[in-house]
Amino acid sequence: MAVAIEKLNRLGLTRDDYKGAHTTLCAGCGHNSITNHIVKALYESGIEPHLLAKMSGIGCSSKAAAYFVEHAHGFNGAHGRMPSLATGAKLANRDLAVFGVSGDGDTASIGLGQYCHMIRRNVDMTYVIEDNGVYGLTKGQFSATADLGSRPKRGPANLYEQIDVCALGIELGASFVARSFSGDGKQLVPLLQAAFAHRGTAVLDVISPCVTFNDHEGSTKSYAYVKDHDAPVNTPDYIAPQEEITVDYEPGTAQDVELHDGSHIVLRKIGPDHDARDPIAAMRILFEARHSREIVTGLLYVNPESDDLCTRESLPARPLAQLPVEELRPSREQWDALMAGLA
Amino acid sequence: MTGDVLNDFCIQAATVNGSGSQSSNLVITKALFHMGIPVAAKNVFPSNIEGQPTWYDIRVTPQGYQARKRTVDILIAMSPATWERDAANVRPGGAVIHEAALPRFGAADRDDVSWYPVPFARLAREKLEAKPDLRKYLQNMIYVGVLAELIGLDPVAVEQGVRDQFRTKPKAADLNLAAVQIGVDYTRDNLVKTDPFRLAPMDGTRGTVLLDGNRAAALGSLMAGCTVLAWYPITPSSSLCEAFIGYAERYRVDAATGERRFAAIQAEDELAAIGIVLGAQWAGARAMTATSGPGISLMAELTGLGYYAEIPAVIFDIQRVGPSTGLPTRTMQGDLSFVHTLSHGDTRHPVLLPGTVIEVYEDAQLAFDVADRLQTPVFVLSDLDLGMNLWMTAPLPYTERAVDRGKVLDAEALEQVAEWGRYRDVDGDGIPYRTLPGTANPRAAYFTRGSGHDEHALYTEDPDVYQANVERLRRKIEGARTLLPAPLIEEAGNRVAICAYGSTHHAVVEARHQLAEHGVETDYLRIRGLPLHPAVAEFITRHDRVYVAEQNRDGQMEALLRQELPGELADRLRSVRHFNGVPIDAEAISDPVLAGELAQREPADQQTVETDRVPVG
Repeated sequence: MAVAIEKLNRLGLTRDDYKGAHTTLCAGCGHNSITNHIVKALYESGIEPHLLAKMSGIGCSSKAAAYFVEHAHGFNGAHGRMPSLATGAKLANRDLAVFGVSGDGDTASIGLGQYCHMIRRNVDMTYVIEDNGVYGLTKGQFSATADLGSRPKRGPANLYEQIDVCALGIELGASFVARSFSGDGKQLVPLLQAAFAHRGTAVLDVISPCVTFNDHEGSTKSYAYVKDHDAPVNTPDYIAPQEEITVDYEPGTAQDVELHDGSHIVLRKIGPDHDARDPIAAMRILFEARHSREIVTGLLYVNPESDDLCTRESLPARPLAQLPVEELRPSREQWDALMAGLA
Repeated sequence: MTGDVLNDFCIQAATVNGSGSQSSNLVITKALFHMGIPVAAKNVFPSNIEGQPTWYDIRVTPQGYQARKRTVDILIAMSPATWERDAANVRPGGAVIHEAALPRFGAADRDDVSWYPVPFARLAREKLEAKPDLRKYLQNMIYVGVLAELIGLDPVAVEQGVRDQFRTKPKAADLNLAAVQIGVDYTRDNLVKTDPFRLAPMDGTRGTVLLDGNRAAALGSLMAGCTVLAWYPITPSSSLCEAFIGYAERYRVDAATGERRFAAIQAEDELAAIGIVLGAQWAGARAMTATSGPGISLMAELTGLGYYAEIPAVIFDIQRVGPSTGLPTRTMQGDLSFVHTLSHGDTRHPVLLPGTVIEVYEDAQLAFDVADRLQTPVFVLSDLDLGMNLWMTAPLPYTERAVDRGKVLDAEALEQVAEWGRYRDVDGDGIPYRTLPGTANPRAAYFTRGSGHDEHALYTEDPDVYQANVERLRRKIEGARTLLPAPLIEEAGNRVAICAYGSTHHAVVEARHQLAEHGVETDYLRIRGLPLHPAVAEFITRHDRVYVAEQNRDGQMEALLRQELPGELADRLRSVRHFNGVPIDAEAISDPVLAGELAQREPADQQTVETDRVPVG
């Protein structure tokens, strides 16, 4: 009798160990594909489940935080407020691997302010936007990432400009900005792994068609549209720390970026030459894509040298949450001197 | 008449803000304190940085009364814009020290006060060797000298006050002392004292310090082991956060490595400030925020999340005048009922009600323990008067007591538990056990959510489960009644009592003395927290009439009491309200209480009680 041998990751865990509750989203929802890619990436990278903090806001996308890594703490917070909750969690315990799952309404509409300030502070976390351009739970209203002129299932076309969360992120000083597609695991999994390795806010805007409310003719976020208009600028390979780069890349065809933990992301170039270390170049391709109505995907911009929030705040290596109160109080002598100075 | 009012009067400095007068006023306050004379200082300032009228009331009393006094005995008039009104406010027999250039006509033309014109601007110009921009500030230091000479401020105490004020700048101290001397000399050479006010050293400040409530709150948070502060600047709470940062930088930075054992994040708004606090508390750090009314409004959303998902948080509300932007630099107790049930749905939050600086310090520490014990947001309600003004207080005692982190299961403790559910009521007190992210035990994980959840934190819309859960939450918060400080009761078998909370306390102390002088003896109940301690209802049961004094328009505490007490007890309540934005004074309480008590008496008795007072809203 053949025995199925389960593959184990560096922690000795199986891929199943990274699974969560059963999804309650619609069959065919792009978010479910993303969940599978997240499970694979966490497994491949060997993230400690108990050190993972799964943060989300409100919406279909935010439900997904329950659908992976059952043995990790999760926090399904309030609509648009996940960045602040995640910021607090990271400040309290910098050992946590903070993983945020948000949506386009949660990030670009109600939560735009918090999104901006999370990036400004460069909170060390992975921030995935499962972006379908509509509100699913309230049945199909446009969000702020819907393209101008995109058609809803019923009613008039969208009258307003879209907010490009990637371009906005770069403008705000983001240190890691990528765009991908829920159907492209080959691209998304290494991007996620690089995001885990990156120290700072890693934004991944993942276009994720809504099969129920935004997958029709005339929508610019339908499966068909995204497949037709996906314009990858690079294909990433993630190489873990201490792992050797075994693939031969033709000179000039790949960009190798070393991340904070010694891992590498090698970007195989596709189409026009793009330097992922150049924010102006990233802004240019995003701006051009907006006008050509294409969706540029891949790692658009990365700056591994940017200090994250805990570094900027000079926090000790030991998490604040674990400091005993004796180390947090002034001494009695200091106290007496303080009081004497008030008399 | 000269010199027959000793150590018992109120000085008002009416100046222009941004002109350095705050330093002058603090020097006077500290000099009085150093002379051993009990002093109370109230800064009544504008929401403005420079050029607007501002008032600073310095009151001395042998009894050590800390409340504001309504009447002005000595006016220092430096503000042209309010000069006439300020001069008209001085009580007959009072004194006015004023810039000589201010014209004496209209309301400023009266002959029942002593006038002391001083050419401050000219003296500064002619006698001070300083740059013109500095002269503006030093001009105000001259009035310290004039006042000192007129009422007998001890020069040694004044010098001590100046040295205190400019501790880090000895050169500035010398320059200011020179300005003070100009005032002294001018007064000696040119003015003849005709007013009755004078000072004599006392022994009334020994063993006390001068401190504001916001610094006490910061120190309490420091001692409680708060490591994360998230805040958005707003008057009158900013100084609390800045004080915390200042103390943390002094006591929590590793000299060798520069590592900081705290994080202070100035958030983009109060939505994020409370979000950071909840996130940090969820992950196990003690975290707090401080704000005022407009910030509280923004925090309503996530406070409800904290309540329902059962996450500790400490929120200081340094109340100012609302609604809306209101009067940002004036004081009020207007947030009481709002914070108690902040957020939508059925909520109830423990609220601590400190009335003194030392209580602010103690409550700050207690708030963290109660938040951890009950796993819920806890409010500390202070106000601008208590938070920003200087108060005489006993020195804050050093804390050595252990902190109560409540029911937290670590990896090891989880091994001992057969069945663990994040929201299971194991002990019958409604308080479940929690785990922190990062706990190295596969059973530790749970999914926190603001949506419906069962005992195992799993999503549910089940009617019975929902109802049982919020019923448990109600029981849990009921426990706060005895976790929060019991009310402070002064009782001598009187039928009439006064009830107050927070900074209103100091006016009550004085009002009770005034009432006693008019033959109305009162008992006193000071509420220290919400939900109400059982002793509150018991106290009311023992009295016929209880006057609830507070600083808001709608009698919010009185309404809360009525809601909770049986009708028979509720009928015993009388509401006394003061809500004009300046700190409450004793007459605002004693006048209406006296009127109320007179109305109770037989007509024959009424004639025997003398009063020249009118009730004031």
